Amino acid sequence: MGTFQIDFGKRDPVIGIDLGTTNSLGAFYDLTGPKIIPGDDGLNLVPSIVSVRETGEVVAGNTARELLLTHPERTVYSVKRLMGRGLADIQEERKRFPFPVAEGSEQVLRLQLGDKRLTPPEVSAYVLVQLKKNAEAFLGEPVTKAVITVPAYFNDAQRQATKDAGRIAGLEVLRLVNEPTAAALAYGLDKRKEGIVAVYDLGGGTFDISILKLHDGIFEVLATNGDTHLGGDDIDNLLIEIALEDIQSEWSESLRGDKEGVQRLRRAVIAAKEKLSFVPEATIDLEYKGKKYQRMLDRSLFEKLVAPVVDRTLGPCRDCMKDAGLTAEQIDEVVLVGGSTRIPMVRSAVAALFRAQPHTDLNPDEVVALGAAVQAGILSGAIDDKLLLDVTPLSLGIETMGGVVSKLIHRNSTIPASATEAFTTAVDGQRNVLIHVVQGERELVKDCRSLARFDLKDIEPMPAGLARIEVRFLIDANGILNVTARDQRTGRETSVEVKPSYGLTDEQVERMILESYEHAEEDIEARQVREAQVEADNILRAVEKAKHNDAWYELSDAERAAADRAVNELLVVYHSVDHNLIREKIDALNEATRTLAERMMNTAVGAALKGTKI
Amino acid sequence: MWLRNFIFSVNGYYELLGIERKLSLDVAELQQRFYERSREWHPDKFARKSEAERQQALDMSSQLNDAYRTLRDPVKRAQYVLSEEGFDVGEQRSRDVPPELLEEVFELNMALEELRGGDETAKEPLEAARSNFERMLEEVDLEMGKLFAAWDAMPARETLAELRGLLNRRKYIQNLIQEVDKELAPAA
Repeated sequence: MGTFQIDFGKRDPVIGIDLGTTNSLGAFYDLTGPKIIPGDDGLNLVPSIVSVRETGEVVAGNTARELLLTHPERTVYSVKRLMGRGLADIQEERKRFPFPVAEGSEQVLRLQLGDKRLTPPEVSAYVLVQLKKNAEAFLGEPVTKAVITVPAYFNDAQRQATKDAGRIAGLEVLRLVNEPTAAALAYGLDKRKEGIVAVYDLGGGTFDISILKLHDGIFEVLATNGDTHLGGDDIDNLLIEIALEDIQSEWSESLRGDKEGVQRLRRAVIAAKEKLSFVPEATIDLEYKGKKYQRMLDRSLFEKLVAPVVDRTLGPCRDCMKDAGLTAEQIDEVVLVGGSTRIPMVRSAVAALFRAQPHTDLNPDEVVALGAAVQAGILSGAIDDKLLLDVTPLSLGIETMGGVVSKLIHRNSTIPASATEAFTTAVDGQRNVLIHVVQGERELVKDCRSLARFDLKDIEPMPAGLARIEVRFLIDANGILNVTARDQRTGRETSVEVKPSYGLTDEQVERMILESYEHAEEDIEARQVREAQVEADNILRAVEKAKHNDAWYELSDAERAAADRAVNELLVVYHSVDHNLIREKIDALNEATRTLAERMMNTAVGAALKGTKI
Repeated sequence: MWLRNFIFSVNGYYELLGIERKLSLDVAELQQRFYERSREWHPDKFARKSEAERQQALDMSSQLNDAYRTLRDPVKRAQYVLSEEGFDVGEQRSRDVPPELLEEVFELNMALEELRGGDETAKEPLEAARSNFERMLEEVDLEMGKLFAAWDAMPARETLAELRGLLNRRKYIQNLIQEVDKELAPAA
């Protein structure tokens, strides 16, 4: 990173991305508001499907959607269900979804697609790359920054996995935003200014409920709840099950083992399901290998099937109201998000529960991406009267004696949230302390989700109980945990080694970034040069600006000359085809202006502190 | 790192939110202050700033959120002030029953035993005990309000000592209610 980040001059575009279970979508913010970014094929929604062709080329989106029919064995969908999870916890999922889990996935879960073995974040990265390309084509400039949405009820590992996916795709993820909150942002743009709003988000694979307080541009989340494995997918599976049984008796042969057949049936089922939201009856219509299957589905049968799914959403809604300290009467408005909320039965159940007629004026497929674009606008400074205050969905705790959880940060705490805890050694001369961090509401570690083990290292050897290591747990605005440790006696930072229980280590992600670049079809070299030039532009502009700062004149003549020389050297190589050369000169300029930057930074920080009347 | 320690050492929760250090608070005003400070310090406002400034904002806003969460809740607020004044407010898991609750607790335990033994008729006294405890909780809260006002008028240590006793009693009653709920829930 360049030392100068005080002012970017021209703003890099930041796009908003709804990375969904079934479909994904990009949006951006301009002065007139958030807008959806269309795909090059004219379609807005990019199916979250990835396929590896026989040539080894990886494709995502609508192309992959077609390949799902013809090459189901090298194509994967609904991969969001696997984000941040391990082999052991997807056993249930595997019964219902044909995930091609690769051999040797005990440590890191990978999917075997053709001859490629990809982790869920890598698969998602291909969907993100498609969205990035669409955005670049539409906006006519490189896009390297994004806001990505996640289900509000996603845990730390699932969030981290989403962030990793962004990184692998070459996107700097400026913020993860919770989907229901993003929807509220999109709605709140021109709607009411005050009041309590509930957002009910039933998507392809996840369910979220969030309750917010709106107050003069502040969107304060009071509570959130949900189920990260519940959605329209589950309804599809119920319908497929019925159809498979029908087919078995009608055709006297089973379609179960036939991947292509099942995928075609899946598509027929989804078409019928979607129709049923608008007409009282629809037909599941399948023609496959010269045979025909038809089944009329009326709404009453459909509703019988859907009822258990809808019921499973009501419990979290009630818990959420309870956590927010509110009754249904106190909810002023309800917003519906996610394709599954088109189902009339879902709408009536929500209306009955909250005793309010739900809003549906924005397209439930698009509202989350639009909200992500609004957040992108907030981060880029284009919007400054709106602010989102979100919460962490799950309590965070550490393992104590006897496998009991000691809670440090409670669920529904506004983020960023922090807690500080002191640790000591149990044995004379002990050099490290291991802290096991878990997420969840239960009392025992075994009933919670293991998040990571943090190893406090290089503790000065001393008698047991004397060391005092102060550990700070901080959940950032993305809902992701950061841990820092300090030796209270010396005041020094203690090094902390993180062993994530499910996610990827930093090194693993690093490797994947390189791998994905290697396989990118576009001219990598040209792109790297372009990126280096953009960075050069930034630093050159910053230096030019810094010359008007007092700090410039406080430098010695030699320092100023060195800086000028470094600027000239960078300008000389600016149009080189070797990005390493450009980077080398950027680094040199950075080095030559370090003192200048530090002085300016101190002034800036000082000014900021003064400004807050501390 | 130094910055965080600096900020934290000079700023108590009250100062951070810019309100007078009182036990009785106007929650609407507190919220207003919280929103104002959030607009200043939320990490969203620092997305385009340097790494050092971003870190500082993260620290400040997490402290701010912790402060608001603590001060808006009367019990947490009281505990915070007590601990600032040097009182030990660690988790009071004392097994000792407050003397004035002895009789109630004795009867409650009897009823709980009976219910666990399968005697469904014990449910009724349990329900009665529950509403009795609820009523006691209301009394405690009323008393707490009085102590708040007393300390705000004149910050005397005796008031805080009394307050700490009251908080312990409150916690004890709450635990009793929880215990009753646990027994009643599966049957309900």
